Amino acid sequence: MSESQNATLEKLAEREYQYGFVTDIESESVPPGLDEGIVRLISSKKNEPEWLLAWRLKALERFLQLAADGTEPTWAMVDYPKIDYQKIIYYSAPKQRKQLSSLDEVDPELLRTYEKLGISLAEQKRLTGVAVDAVFDSVSVATTFRAELEKQGILFCSFSEAVQQHPELVRKYLGSVVPYSDNFFATLNSAVFTDGSFAYVPKGVRCPMELSTYFRINAVGTGQFERTLIIADEGASVSYLEGCTAPKRDENQLHAAVVELVALDDATIKYSTVQNWYPGDKHGVGGIYNFVTKRGACRGKRSKISWTQVETGSAITWKYPSCILQGDDSIGEFYSVAMTTNYQQADTGTKMIHIGRNTSSTIVSKGISAGHGRQAYRGLVHVSPRAVGARNHSRCDSLLLGSTSSAHTFPYLEIENATAQVEHEATTSKIGEDQLFYCRQRGLSEEDAVSLIVNGFCKEVFRELPMEFAVEAQNLLSLSLENTVG
Amino acid sequence: MLELSNLHASAGGAKILKGIDLVVRAGEVHAVMGPNGSGKSTLANVLAGRPGVEITQGSVLFEGKDLTALSPEERARAGIFLAFQYPVEIPGVANSYFLKASLNAIRKARGLAELDAMDFLALVREKAKRVEMDEKFLQRAVNEGFSGGEKKRNEILQMAILEPKLAVLDETDSGLDIDALRVVANGVNALRSPERALLVITHYQRLLDYIVPDFVHVLSGGRIVRSGGKELALELEQKGYGWLGAAAPR
Repeated sequence: MSESQNATLEKLAEREYQYGFVTDIESESVPPGLDEGIVRLISSKKNEPEWLLAWRLKALERFLQLAADGTEPTWAMVDYPKIDYQKIIYYSAPKQRKQLSSLDEVDPELLRTYEKLGISLAEQKRLTGVAVDAVFDSVSVATTFRAELEKQGILFCSFSEAVQQHPELVRKYLGSVVPYSDNFFATLNSAVFTDGSFAYVPKGVRCPMELSTYFRINAVGTGQFERTLIIADEGASVSYLEGCTAPKRDENQLHAAVVELVALDDATIKYSTVQNWYPGDKHGVGGIYNFVTKRGACRGKRSKISWTQVETGSAITWKYPSCILQGDDSIGEFYSVAMTTNYQQADTGTKMIHIGRNTSSTIVSKGISAGHGRQAYRGLVHVSPRAVGARNHSRCDSLLLGSTSSAHTFPYLEIENATAQVEHEATTSKIGEDQLFYCRQRGLSEEDAVSLIVNGFCKEVFRELPMEFAVEAQNLLSLSLENTVG
Repeated sequence: MLELSNLHASAGGAKILKGIDLVVRAGEVHAVMGPNGSGKSTLANVLAGRPGVEITQGSVLFEGKDLTALSPEERARAGIFLAFQYPVEIPGVANSYFLKASLNAIRKARGLAELDAMDFLALVREKAKRVEMDEKFLQRAVNEGFSGGEKKRNEILQMAILEPKLAVLDETDSGLDIDALRVVANGVNALRSPERALLVITHYQRLLDYIVPDFVHVLSGGRIVRSGGKELALELEQKGYGWLGAAAPR
């Protein structure tokens, strides 16, 4: 990079995270710390049935054991000081006087918060064609378009409500894809999860609108542990999007979510994420630790699960949205753009577990690293002995900006069936001086040129996003780039 | 329009241009010819402001203003266009999108309203027809997987849309077959006007059969060793660069 380029970059680095405000709202929190009392308290606040409490307690027992054994995973290529799990507040909720019966009763301060984030929950201004569940700290504050969806038998509500209103579905599927004992952070989540979204699309129904959850962390010292469960029954299809932001704080906050997807015969689930948790400042202070377990089970024949993620936020990302391809002819897809700038770290990728016959999977991962950003793609393709005719195509491209960022690729291929066809391609490139000069000679500023080149690099992933969000993702990427271009 | 005086420039630590004097007026077409290594491309890059090419002495004035004070994008917005010898690929960016971004950046700098998608499409279709370029190229990524000839045609399309004041063509004829050469030349000739100047850099006389220059300059060893009318190009073609005493690179 030339001097003028560096100057541009430094100027741009002054740009700040625009969702970093704090909402001044009275909230109700439990004291920090993790023990059986806290878990029982969360469960009783949510008026949960006995079976769910029992499940939480099993998870707690396991987690405390794992923590005592010091078995927090360290294999990911990320560095962070040891987390003290006894210092985290595991439940925080905006104070509400009573059960809400309509949006009009939601605290206007909360509605304004979502307005500021560009998510309108107010009836007259809603995004058309998108139903939103808004999760604020530990609880869901509003879910839009519920009545319309229910006419078609589609259930879309907060996880807590699902536990009350559809316990049979929750009980049947909760933990069926990500068991409480799955991994350190999933186990923690199982013990203390507070809310999240729930969606069920019945047989043969194509969900007519995008379902969306907007996660917001607000309170100080809290962790956010939400749990999302989406079930597409036979022949059903649904597209779901989650977005997330958090205030700027100097402390690191833990976000350990679990997402479980279940697709039965001929069902399709498309799950898109635009993750913009606070990434920390330009010196690497503060930011969210995003340690998330996302997994989908293609249980039925010809079912399909597609993950699309645009990850620009978080101080540290540890996330591997995966597909278990159990049904014959099922399809798994993973499209990812991950961007690390300043001192952000990301270890992200996917797992495609081929079990059924003629299953196929596609992985497209685009990593962009700038500043002191560091990222690793980590992906597993496993073909089990009975997965006759399994096919996978993986493509991992990394783009480096500047000379202090890094990118790493760790593909794991475990092939136990000789009929499998598995391809892996990986490239690492730098934004070329030639490309930049070419764009500038055509009148584009250096900043616009970098943004254009990076967006082009991510095109294969952006085109998988629902229309409205593709634009948002591009904007987000440009904004993040302005932090660092280098 | 363009005035180079005693221009010295170096690239990668090597002195390449060693005192160029050249005046180009609006409406004129100048050809710069010369053997490999004579400094032709460096001259083009100096005008466009490529990072890494450094002016060590002398001056470059464009419309009376010091060009060297401007960044590459400012030069482009001021009306300088470089048709690249090796057009660059930009994967994932649609050609039409790139062109529109470019045109609007330049229009904006000139205080003109940005073109909306409909107007732009109409414009680009008309211009694409002129360079005999299939519309499908507009949807493909910039230069990605284009043949050599397609890349050069794309440069001419960009030039036709951006309507520069001074167009510098850096060996636009290299690698073109005779049909592509004709198309490219037609595109260039369509742009000739009393308000516009062209600087055509080429190794071979052949292009000048199609784009007839007003002046021909022979560059050798970083200097202009001979200037003349279009007949100079023909003479060179017959006698080769060796004919000029100073032609051998020093």
